[in-house]
Amino acid sequence: MIRTLRLIPTLLRVGFVEAVAYRAEMIIWVLATTMPFVMMVLWTTVSESSPVIGQGGQQWGSASFIAYFLSVFVVRQLVSAWASWEINFEVRGGTLAMRLLRPMHPVLGYAMSNLAYMPQRALVTLPVIGVLLAAYGDFISRDVAMWATWGVAMLGGWLITFFVNVAVGAVSFFIESSLKIMDVYLAAFFVFSGYMFPIDLFPPWLRAVSDWLPFRYQISLPVELMTGKLAVGEAWWLIGKQYLWAGGLAALALTLWRAGVKRFQAFGG
Amino acid sequence: MIRVRGLKKHYRVHKRPPGMKAAFKSLFKRDYQWVKAVDGIDFELQAGERVGFLGPNGAGKTTTLKMASGLLHPTEGEVTVDGHVPQKRETEFLKKIMLVMGQKQQLLWDLPPAETYELNRAVYDVPREDYKKRLKELTELLELGDLLVKPTRQLSLGERMKCELAGALIHGPKVLFLDEPTIGLDVSMQVAMRDFIRRYNEEHGATLILTSHYMDDVTALCPRVVVIDKGVLSYDGKLEQLVQRVRPEKRVVLRFSQPVSPERVQALGKVVKHEAAEAVLQISPDAVNGVVARALAELPVRDLNVEDPPLEEVMSELFARSRAEREAA
Repeated sequence: MIRTLRLIPTLLRVGFVEAVAYRAEMIIWVLATTMPFVMMVLWTTVSESSPVIGQGGQQWGSASFIAYFLSVFVVRQLVSAWASWEINFEVRGGTLAMRLLRPMHPVLGYAMSNLAYMPQRALVTLPVIGVLLAAYGDFISRDVAMWATWGVAMLGGWLITFFVNVAVGAVSFFIESSLKIMDVYLAAFFVFSGYMFPIDLFPPWLRAVSDWLPFRYQISLPVELMTGKLAVGEAWWLIGKQYLWAGGLAALALTLWRAGVKRFQAFGG
Repeated sequence: MIRVRGLKKHYRVHKRPPGMKAAFKSLFKRDYQWVKAVDGIDFELQAGERVGFLGPNGAGKTTTLKMASGLLHPTEGEVTVDGHVPQKRETEFLKKIMLVMGQKQQLLWDLPPAETYELNRAVYDVPREDYKKRLKELTELLELGDLLVKPTRQLSLGERMKCELAGALIHGPKVLFLDEPTIGLDVSMQVAMRDFIRRYNEEHGATLILTSHYMDDVTALCPRVVVIDKGVLSYDGKLEQLVQRVRPEKRVVLRFSQPVSPERVQALGKVVKHEAAEAVLQISPDAVNGVVARALAELPVRDLNVEDPPLEEVMSELFARSRAEREAA
């Protein structure tokens, strides 16, 4: 454990240097995640033509939609992970062999290389955060305790995203490619995470369903905290559920990984 | 150091002929075939040995190395390396070994090799002072110089292979599995790599298994060879004994001061090659002295060499014999 902790700074540093080398690719990826801006335009138009009322009886005006979707963009950038694509590529091509030869758990390597991109991603979100605070400050929480809670929820959101990626990636040990499973997961994620529609606008039964699925805890929970839509007590109850999902998914991912590595064929050379 | 007992690796592979009809059929019914990549082999290596692991393509060499390095799980049998079971992937085991694959890279593609080395230093817990010393030594021996700070993708194949080898040795592994380490390199680079590998073995007492299709690698590095074909061991012993067993005849290479007719050369023995001023004869060991004396007396010989047949020929004859024995069985 101490050895692993000692390793982390080097892994993050090398990952950061690699992220800098791939900066152009990252900018293209960021451009591909601008769906919240599209949804923002759509929903503000809707709210201007007729009142939009959430389940809590609260009205969503165009400013609240803008604040919401700008927050979604920020959260999405900072809870992203793409280990599933890396694992699929490395299992199919056999290059995972080089990771397996090192005295370090490959999942730790994926985690650190994904996290090492965060400073650059944070940089991308800075202008958006600036606009949020300058123009829509009234819709953003000013409570310091809430922001501390937000940090915990962001970590939980990232853990869920990362371990879903590892679990799906590990399925590629068993079938030829598991990326289609990731596509299916993402389709559900777009609907249930609050990425395209605020969960507050869901009918009660669908909202109840989303409470029991992992997606809400990836995007909506941190966004609800940012936009001050949750009381601290309720937030911690949801964070508890979020970490249960993260723990469960971590167990599933590592179990699949352990079983999968035994089937690894190290093709090619 | 390395102990292999009854080691087997069998794969189930999906077989499908080309074409739409076969593709459609495979939607409903898939045909599988079992491939015996390694089928019950035994051998042992002592600490510090250099052993060539030879066989034709698909013989099971790389599969065996991958099992010995913990990448693949055997179907049956066991392998231990310095008392460790590789498949457990214990930290202590992984720190002792390295598998270098000529066709795979561990260097981070878009970063200079120095970044991968620094990563390896941390991952393998190499004390910083030892790391600096070892890197300096490797930089000098392999003449890495400026290569360390150039992105890997901008290195030539030979440069990259040198950097790969340095990266593999940063932690001072006691056991080296080398799978085609000189593939694609030019002749001078191959020689440099061989010299370096031998030196590493001698100075660090490292155990070394090498697979290579370049027989010069094997001749230069491996006093002992293990030959595998279709997953089964067909020879384990000294290289010169293998040559004597398969091709006991000697090669007499004659270079003439002026052209000599084929008939005069044929009078000495079996001619393997004949050009105007050069001929190669294949002679039984007992007849070598007589043939050499006659050649010197009867032909305008400028230069004469007595050699073993090329290892490529020895190996292809060995594989042909194994194939014939299998077909007969």
